[in-house]
Amino acid sequence: MNAPLDAPLVQAENLVRHYRVRRGGRLFGEHATLRAVDGVSFALQAGRTLGLVGESGCGKTTTARLVLGLLTLTAGTIRVDGEILPGAGTARWRSLRQVMQMVFQDPLAALDRRVAVGRQVMEPLAIHGIANAGERRERALAILHSVGLQAHHFDRYPHELSGGQRQRVVLARALILSPRLLVCDEPISALDVSIQAQVVNLLLDLQAERGLAYLFISHDLRMVRQVSHEVAVMYLGRIVEQGDPDLLFAAPAHPYTQALVSAIPVATERGRKRLILKGDPPNPVSVPPGCAFHTRCPMAVARCRAETPALRLLDDGRRVACHLAPGMADA
Amino acid sequence: MPQPLIDIRKLTVDFDTGRRIVRALHGVDLAVQPGEAVGLVGESGSGKSVTWLAALGLLGSRARLGGQVLFEGRNLVGSAVAELEAVRGACIAMIFQDPSSSLDPVYRIGKQLGEALQLHRGMAGTAALAEAARLLDRVGIADARRRLGDYPHELSGGMNQRVMIAMALAAEPQMLVADEPTTALDATIQAQILELLQEIRRDTGMALVLISHDLGVVAENTDRVCVMYAGRIVEDAPIGTIFAEPAHPYTRGLLSALPELTGPRRRLVAIPGVVPEPWNLPRGCSFAPRCAAFEAACEAAAPASVEVAQGHWAACIRAGGRNL
Repeated sequence: MNAPLDAPLVQAENLVRHYRVRRGGRLFGEHATLRAVDGVSFALQAGRTLGLVGESGCGKTTTARLVLGLLTLTAGTIRVDGEILPGAGTARWRSLRQVMQMVFQDPLAALDRRVAVGRQVMEPLAIHGIANAGERRERALAILHSVGLQAHHFDRYPHELSGGQRQRVVLARALILSPRLLVCDEPISALDVSIQAQVVNLLLDLQAERGLAYLFISHDLRMVRQVSHEVAVMYLGRIVEQGDPDLLFAAPAHPYTQALVSAIPVATERGRKRLILKGDPPNPVSVPPGCAFHTRCPMAVARCRAETPALRLLDDGRRVACHLAPGMADA
Repeated sequence: MPQPLIDIRKLTVDFDTGRRIVRALHGVDLAVQPGEAVGLVGESGSGKSVTWLAALGLLGSRARLGGQVLFEGRNLVGSAVAELEAVRGACIAMIFQDPSSSLDPVYRIGKQLGEALQLHRGMAGTAALAEAARLLDRVGIADARRRLGDYPHELSGGMNQRVMIAMALAAEPQMLVADEPTTALDATIQAQILELLQEIRRDTGMALVLISHDLGVVAENTDRVCVMYAGRIVEDAPIGTIFAEPAHPYTRGLLSALPELTGPRRRLVAIPGVVPEPWNLPRGCSFAPRCAAFEAACEAAAPASVEVAQGHWAACIRAGGRNL
């Protein structure tokens, strides 16, 4: 990136995070490498949303934590506004963290039960030494209002609020430093259906008002499409398909995306033929050679077992890592 | 109308919390025909699980039940433990959301399956072992013989749910109550488990009650759906009808709060407010404060369920064209 002005807000290049583990979980077991994230690249522009989808253990959350610098990279680089993300704990990293905040799945676990929510919303200002006590309170009230809470909620404790209200408090606390990026890790999964829609609409409104960028992690493909400008499907630590969510979910090119789409129960189409995968995802300690998906792929051929497919650009603008994807058979 | 397999009439549940008595179910009427698949949807706290835990006498001493649960002519409400035990597991089996907490972590799968076979079918020794292996094979677990020696932690979540299903099938029940059976599982594994339940139903003609918060899951796997809100069934309709012509404003709200996977994106229509707490229900219709079609009459009394079309019931004063 030569011109930082045009640089994406977040540029992730070839992120890798490996863990050394003992095989079988035993103390004297043989060393092995768990490939939690194994070469993930993406760019996220200001004001846009990148959705990360995949099943548990595919590396979505690890990717999110790498982006925030909460985990150290085994390899790869992260640039924020063109600047390489400094190491966690350094002064520069701390000041960059004002720009990047995180929202977790379980709001009750993310909040301190013994502290009134208003104080928790003000806390980031105190940590970063911004404003005086009176101004902090004023800002907290303003931000509570913008997430749809009222002044009387300021002195409430988390257990006095409903699940949806708690998630609004978590959002308010993340927003009070006026970040430019919110990393949302399953932000609505713990909420009831009627409340999920409220929170999703709020996220979209906040993005429109504040020009926020979201890294939105979810296993719910329909909600991901609702909020995302781009989506990346992960399987065993790698992106297998990436592109425009409308395109990707209407006509998935990778067999794994096809299986995910087909696994969604649809109210209006009973008895449609669905692609049901056999077995469970492999253990990330022993990722299958070649294409990691070949053990569950109904279309796998000999080449899939031998050669790892690279993420390639298709004519319609998406990227797919599959030897057999349309238009790539002879690639 | 054929004789229903189980007929729940005006079932009420009150929980004694020590400080006060809280009503969780306000008179639930629900009948399931032999071989029928019924879905129960609603948000957390709406009473979906409590209905069936109460029907099977699984709520413990803090719960006070009212109304009737008729099974083969007997009323299960207030019956003796021995009588309930003859029905539970044997005639009506139940599986739960989190299979790994339903299985005992310190016993091998084979032993736990053997226990069910001993209890319900008096099998022991090699006969029980062979039957346990057959059941595991039936629920799609490869290499069943060897798996009998595994502990629950050695199996994945999806495999453990298969074991739970095998155990539920041990007594060859007439009905299976599946309480959020796939909520803890990944999407591709959920599809496997739902497919398995369908296949078992095709083979055995077993009735199924599928409790879920996901309308899609219920739509694809049942014939009829009951929507619950704040301890009441507010709508009961055939699957096709509920999506095409929902009669209750809550059902309509749930449907428009769900995004689609394809087609144009539209802003979601959220239901305002929150589900009321059971000890603090609004007057009249419990949904009134959140309802887009609210009118003063809604606060007069909890609306009775009326038949708006053949087999389609809704508990709303505006349902059935009376006021539309």
